[in-house]
Amino acid sequence: MSWKSIVLAAALAGAAPALAEEGAHSQPKPPRQQWSFAGAFGGFDQGQLRRGLKVYREVCASCHSLSRVAFRNLAEKGGPELSVAQAKEIAESYKVKDGPNDAGDYFERPGRLSDRFPPPFANEQAARAAMNGAYPPDMSVLAKARGYSRGFPLFLADALPGFSYQEHGVDYIVALLEGYTDMPNGVELPPGQYYNVYMTGHRIGMPPPLSNGVVTYDDGAPQTVDQYAKDVSAFLMWTAEPHLEARKSIGLKVVGFLIVLSFLVYFTKRKIWSSVH
Amino acid sequence: MTGHSTYTPKSGFARWLERRLPIIGFIHESFVAYPVPKNLNYLWTFGAILSFMLVAQIVTGIVLAMHYTPETTLAFDSIEHIMRDVNWGWALRYAHANGASMFFLAVYIHIFRGMYYGSYKEPREVLWILGVVIFLLMMATGFLGYVLPWGQMSFWAATVITNLFTAIPYVGNSITTWLLGGYSVDNATLNRFFALHYLLPFVIVAVVGLHVWALHVTGQNNPTGVEVKDMKKETVPFTPYATLKDAVGLAVFVALFAWLTFFVPNYTGHPDNYIEANPLVTPPHIVPEWYFLPFYAILRAIPNKLIGVIALFASILIVAALPWLDTSKVRSGVYRPAFKKFYWGFVFVAVGLGYLGAQPAEGVYLVAARILMAYYFLHFLVVLPLLGKYEQTLPEPRSIAASLGQAATPEEKSHA
Repeated sequence: MSWKSIVLAAALAGAAPALAEEGAHSQPKPPRQQWSFAGAFGGFDQGQLRRGLKVYREVCASCHSLSRVAFRNLAEKGGPELSVAQAKEIAESYKVKDGPNDAGDYFERPGRLSDRFPPPFANEQAARAAMNGAYPPDMSVLAKARGYSRGFPLFLADALPGFSYQEHGVDYIVALLEGYTDMPNGVELPPGQYYNVYMTGHRIGMPPPLSNGVVTYDDGAPQTVDQYAKDVSAFLMWTAEPHLEARKSIGLKVVGFLIVLSFLVYFTKRKIWSSVH
Repeated sequence: MTGHSTYTPKSGFARWLERRLPIIGFIHESFVAYPVPKNLNYLWTFGAILSFMLVAQIVTGIVLAMHYTPETTLAFDSIEHIMRDVNWGWALRYAHANGASMFFLAVYIHIFRGMYYGSYKEPREVLWILGVVIFLLMMATGFLGYVLPWGQMSFWAATVITNLFTAIPYVGNSITTWLLGGYSVDNATLNRFFALHYLLPFVIVAVVGLHVWALHVTGQNNPTGVEVKDMKKETVPFTPYATLKDAVGLAVFVALFAWLTFFVPNYTGHPDNYIEANPLVTPPHIVPEWYFLPFYAILRAIPNKLIGVIALFASILIVAALPWLDTSKVRSGVYRPAFKKFYWGFVFVAVGLGYLGAQPAEGVYLVAARILMAYYFLHFLVVLPLLGKYEQTLPEPRSIAASLGQAATPEEKSHA
């Protein structure tokens, strides 16, 4: 028996219990959702993004900022694609702090297309003071700032053409929004904390934000927690990756070109080398 | 393997220049007429692929630097500015971040190719050591670059890695403070990391120049490990033969690079790096980029910090000693049956350490990391030196031409 096989055996013996153990002391893996923007040919569902925007504005925005998204983005290609007039109307519904003016004073004015979503709190301390000590994170890149590993060997498949899975973050957000359950017996939470199966340590400062019928949809989509959760998560994917559609459509051309180029160069090489013995 | 240049430029101006600065002749000799063993396989295209990646990283990096702000309160925002508002900014940043991964993927294939075919052996020791120097510079550059987006992983990776220097006896703390420009990772650190991240790639360019120079003195190794004996019969001119073969390898490699950049751009990254750096919140698991994981596993496998740091650096530097640790007279692994088995064992250990580097350093993971680390060092210090003495090797071909089934050259016949 060579060193190699001893090491191999030892490593395998070590890995097996590790894999079994993994499931026991962590959160359950979020269920995988169907997304229009998944895969190489994926793109956003504009209707879903508009509904998600509505959920954000009517529910999330009271606590969560969206500081990196500008109102003009709402009218840009590859997003909710509102008309410029609609985006302007949304912008003007917000008060934005500006200044100093000629007199040296700061003042409030209606938002413009070039402004970004104003935050609900002046600063972190103000948020914590109002939120029982919790600090609601900014939502601009949240869909990329959350995720989970599917573990070996599935994580390898996540990168492969045809199997690629890049929606861990949005799946996690949907799971979290729907993950409020009754507390198991024996668990006690401090006041202002809620039990959520998908949250690290199962403790979350955010009360269940969604309930059926809380946002009125005008396109006939079901007004359920599940639908709200998916719509707002899709919207957050767009805010985190506003150029996703351009990226994928350009990517198809680039990769397609390179594959054709590879073949052409390969056949040229074969022709050139054919005289070499 | 320098062929004597028979190059005479065609145009009058080129002839005029050639008498004063023979740069066109130099390029012709190095990249056109340069003789290449004709039996090289596609693993030998990674030199060209790596050159391409180095240039690609420098070009995307310089444009990114035009939009990036190395200041702790602005760095994270400036990255998001690049991703959202800069024309093609998302493409540049994703290409640069994934370019680093592809660069390391290519360099690992390049290194393991050299290890399999014994490319480090006499007379290519200096060539090999220069390669290890480039690898070290790449690691430094990659680490510095990972800090710049100023996300949680950036900040905590910088904290963990700079903290390693505190393990140096007596002067560790002073050195660390000097490196950081303060008592903790802060604005001064980010500033100098940015300056160094911009500088080091050009140092890499210089060492790559030496690496290529050394290569062109000794000539390339080849899958048989037998030196070229008959220039005419066993080599082809670099252009068009190697150029086109390199182009095939490069096109396929860049297609893979493009797949990563355009379709799974965050695959090699960590979600926590989309959370702005916060010195008050430590992430539950601090993990480096994938290409550092085997070394990170070695660092954490040892409970003593100083010895851990020594093991980390030793695991890289020991590779430079390979020409003297491998005592076998036979160069190529093709003719070394026992070596082959240990070689693949070593590949398994390296990948296994990479896997363990991403797991928490506790329980079975820690035990496994220690076993694999032990083999990692034993492979260099015990297996290779002894194997050269006791291994039953297969007969090497008399020449490259013979391995290709061609008639022996007249010179060889006279020797026989």
